[in-house]
Amino acid sequence: MNAIDIQSITKRYGDTLAVDRLTLTVPEGGLFALLGVNGAGKSTLIHMLCGLTKPTSGDALLLGKSVAREAAAVHALVGVSPQETAVAPNLTALENLELMAGAYGLRDAKRRADEIIAAFRLGEVEKKPARTLSGGWQRRLSIAMALVSDPKILFLDEPTLGLDVIARRELWAHIRRVKEKATVILTTHYLEEAESLADRVGVMAHGRLVAVGAPAELIEMSGAASFEDAFIALAGEGVDLS
Amino acid sequence: MRMRAFALRTMKEIARDKLTIFFGLGFPLIVLALLSIIQSNIPVSLFKIEKLAPGVAVFGLSFIALFSGLLIARDRCTAFLMRLLASPMTAFDYIAGYLLPLLPIALLQGAVCLLAAWVWGLRPSLNTLACLGALLPAGALYAGIGMMCGSVFNDRQVGSLCGALLTNLSAWLSGIWFDVSLLGGAFNAVARVLPFMNAVEAARAAQAGDWAALPQPLLILCAWALAALGGAVALFKRSTGRN
Repeated sequence: MNAIDIQSITKRYGDTLAVDRLTLTVPEGGLFALLGVNGAGKSTLIHMLCGLTKPTSGDALLLGKSVAREAAAVHALVGVSPQETAVAPNLTALENLELMAGAYGLRDAKRRADEIIAAFRLGEVEKKPARTLSGGWQRRLSIAMALVSDPKILFLDEPTLGLDVIARRELWAHIRRVKEKATVILTTHYLEEAESLADRVGVMAHGRLVAVGAPAELIEMSGAASFEDAFIALAGEGVDLS
Repeated sequence: MRMRAFALRTMKEIARDKLTIFFGLGFPLIVLALLSIIQSNIPVSLFKIEKLAPGVAVFGLSFIALFSGLLIARDRCTAFLMRLLASPMTAFDYIAGYLLPLLPIALLQGAVCLLAAWVWGLRPSLNTLACLGALLPAGALYAGIGMMCGSVFNDRQVGSLCGALLTNLSAWLSGIWFDVSLLGGAFNAVARVLPFMNAVEAARAAQAGDWAALPQPLLILCAWALAALGGAVALFKRSTGRN
């Protein structure tokens, strides 16, 4: 079974077409990176796949569950790490994890939170209020919170935005471990991140999917010399950058 | 279980905010102390402790709107609520998780204020328990108003609306600080229809053990509290797209 099966999904806000009849399948396991310039429709697509926004038309099946008709079932399958660091500021790191375990109805929230603390090496900050943590720790906690429920599909929306190179590489290592167990959908503006982590990449422009393939396939498809050039050729659609 | 986890979070977020503790617990006590000192030097019938204490307790509850409004507005304006909305939590889990912890906080606020009033001469009595009971719908009213504001406005707007406008409005229209009838018939009539004066009168009647005077203001207050909670549920669902 495919992890995600998107069937001609469309989202319209008034006169604006945010996502236009997009069709895509993502097999189970591995990491799929969704790339595109600002306003390409990535976030709208992710919101629809998480069951946060209803499609105007079309549908998507997540492990066989329809985002249009079975949002509650979809919510039980997915974990989301939003673009902004999304933590409860006055709760400690441990309490944030316990909250998420409770939000997913896990019976042994404390034990699960402890497991995640160990897996993400959050022990030294577990008793500190989230608001006092550095950006890197908050980001790590934010991703850890998305994994408490052991989701089958994990959405990471620009997970390393604003992190220094060391913190970014550390998170990459975590993400590589996660993609062994779950299907990860990653959006990012860092092309080297997508090239390094993704098994397949989808490029969006103007609400449509303009190319899909492994990073090497996209380079070959575009006839470009590098992944960045390939992205510019595919997403820029003839923009003159000379 | 999901609601319990979320309610626990709401409780912790509010209880760990220093401003909450100051405005919720400290500020009403300062007001109570200042007016009691004035009363001991220049006696005014309105500021007799048996009238003043229930009034200040109701005034303190107006900050519940600020706490709940700010929490919800901040959750909405950050990605935190988005994260939770992608979880299996239902609309009931959210609404109960936001509202239910505010009621014990309201009771605690009222209890601290009334116990402090014993120091200033309020006669210890079982009626204080009845007064606390009468404060509960006022707590629900302010929680509902806060949730409505938090569902519509951002945190800065909520700060202005609930922190300045609402506390002033509820002070002016409550009869805590002055006799509202002094401002004329129209003002008095409006104040009698709105919940603020009824909340104070219900609390005063319960504290005095004047059971005949209790039902009417309490019923009006409960009706407003239910309306505020209904409005809060509708606006929260609309703002989050949850049904």
